[in-house]
Amino acid sequence: MEEFIRTAAPNLYTYRDKFWKSFGATFEMFWKAGGIVFLVGMFFGVLLVVTRKGGIRQNLVVYQLVNTVVNLFRSIPFIILLIFLIPLTRAVVGTAINVKGAILPLVFGAVPFYTRQVEVALSGVDAGKIEAARSMGSGTAGLIFRVYLREAVPDLIRVTTVTAISLIGLTTMAGAVGAGGIGSFAINYGQNQNHPDIVNACVIVLLLLTFLLQGSGNLLARRTHNRKLFVRIHRKQEKSI
Amino acid sequence: MIEVKHLNKTFHLKSGDVTALRDVSFRVEKGSIYGIIGYSGAGKSTLVRCLNLLEYADSGELRIGDDREIVLQQGRPAIGGRKMTARQENALRRGIGMIFQHFNLLDRLTVFDNIAYPLKHTGKNRIRIRQRVMELLELVGLTDKADVFPSQLSGGQKQRVAIARALAGNPPILLSDEATSALDPEATESILTLLKELNRKLGITVVLITHEMAVVKRIADRVAVMEEGRIVEEGSVYDLFSNPGTEISRRFVASSSLLGKIDRMIRDNADLANVREGELLVRLTFEKECVGQHVLTSAAKETGVDLNLLLADAEYLQGSPLGGIVGILSGTPESIEKGIDYLRNHHVRTEVLQDGGVHQNRRTESLHVPG
Repeated sequence: MEEFIRTAAPNLYTYRDKFWKSFGATFEMFWKAGGIVFLVGMFFGVLLVVTRKGGIRQNLVVYQLVNTVVNLFRSIPFIILLIFLIPLTRAVVGTAINVKGAILPLVFGAVPFYTRQVEVALSGVDAGKIEAARSMGSGTAGLIFRVYLREAVPDLIRVTTVTAISLIGLTTMAGAVGAGGIGSFAINYGQNQNHPDIVNACVIVLLLLTFLLQGSGNLLARRTHNRKLFVRIHRKQEKSI
Repeated sequence: MIEVKHLNKTFHLKSGDVTALRDVSFRVEKGSIYGIIGYSGAGKSTLVRCLNLLEYADSGELRIGDDREIVLQQGRPAIGGRKMTARQENALRRGIGMIFQHFNLLDRLTVFDNIAYPLKHTGKNRIRIRQRVMELLELVGLTDKADVFPSQLSGGQKQRVAIARALAGNPPILLSDEATSALDPEATESILTLLKELNRKLGITVVLITHEMAVVKRIADRVAVMEEGRIVEEGSVYDLFSNPGTEISRRFVASSSLLGKIDRMIRDNADLANVREGELLVRLTFEKECVGQHVLTSAAKETGVDLNLLLADAEYLQGSPLGGIVGILSGTPESIEKGIDYLRNHHVRTEVLQDGGVHQNRRTESLHVPG
């Protein structure tokens, strides 16, 4: 294998340590920013569905506020958002460069997108189910956690997959603030030094990552459609003779 | 017991105001089955949702069971002059089960977990919940379906699960919102039988809304007819059937009885329903007092009137028989007149549907021209 890479992609072999480092940087940005995006986006997505007109806790002031902010940030291209947020990033995390400095812009870039996606997924929950749960005495928290979030799981998995894939796309741009990652590796060592094998390798790695995410997302969504992932068995215990 | 007084509700929509309830008052006795019938848009869905506060009426009063009176003012419910808290509302809803036209089961939960839904987070431990769920599964006849998901069930089975879920917390009241409207006739029958059985066995009070008279006829004790947000007629099912007092009630009664066919026959100008000169097309209703007597043959013998039978129907409503005949009376004008008098004297309600020139000069009683 090593021999094969040495002959087929000599430049990649030369810079293999840099490659692994940039792969690690991408991965680090992905899970750190991703974790925050998941929680924050989920929160705002739920907030939109709950406070919208006819929602279970209608509050049009909150709704309009979140809605406007989401639209605002969604309309800024990420590469511009990245430099626009430099002062804020510096104020919050102390530095605007490296992986550390890239997390905040990544969160700002992906949260609005994810919020919208979560809102759409939750809107797909049949209003009749909400009404039935209300008729059984469920309050706001019960409706959110026991009906909305639970019934929408397959759709939530789908939109999370889409967001995760687009987040990987965003991390490749984070090289602009010196965060490293596969994106800047491809530009600095591939394009700028005229090493096409490095560019190709980066494309292959990103492709594999995307396929892996999409594949497992699809599988999970299918496995949770109209059912739970794991079922506890409640059959009547037969008396043994 | 449920008591509703002067309920009003108007929806303010972009397209204008829609008044769903206008001064609605009625009373449901404990342990009875109360039907509310009306066409879609009559306000019955809104009414039933106002009972468990899924919807707030604009004004009016509600009394559910032995609870204190809930007064609605400016679209907010209050008890004893104080606004109801969310906790109080949820407690009230837990005391009222509800089932729906489209079942509204949670698709990602098994039958077991669906039924356990209202029991969880109420301080009951897992063993007691399990016990109760198994009990309910037995009650609705689905013990073998505990671990199945709703998507694997038929409509009738789904509604059984929904009923079990609605009854989980032992509510004294069950609201049914068109619960059989999405089911085939066989499943409808089995669900209605189940509801009646639960009503008898558990003494649960049932309020059911429907647009099908057959449903009311089958299990209700009393019925209210709704039109444009008003209750236009209210009474026992037997009285409504034997003597509907409004046009809309007549239409509903006709829709569920064989005798209703005659209206269509007259409208379509069918040969059978055409009366010749000197004949009368009549509908005779035999109430409890005269079913089982041979009024008809005696009338023919004593007055010489002839009856050409077109349609006949008999049914049992709440254990009492109700018979009906549509036919053409013929004979001499005197014999027809005497015959009608004879029938009326023997408590047979006689309506003239078509008149072949016999009756113009006579006082017309309960003349009803359909259509």
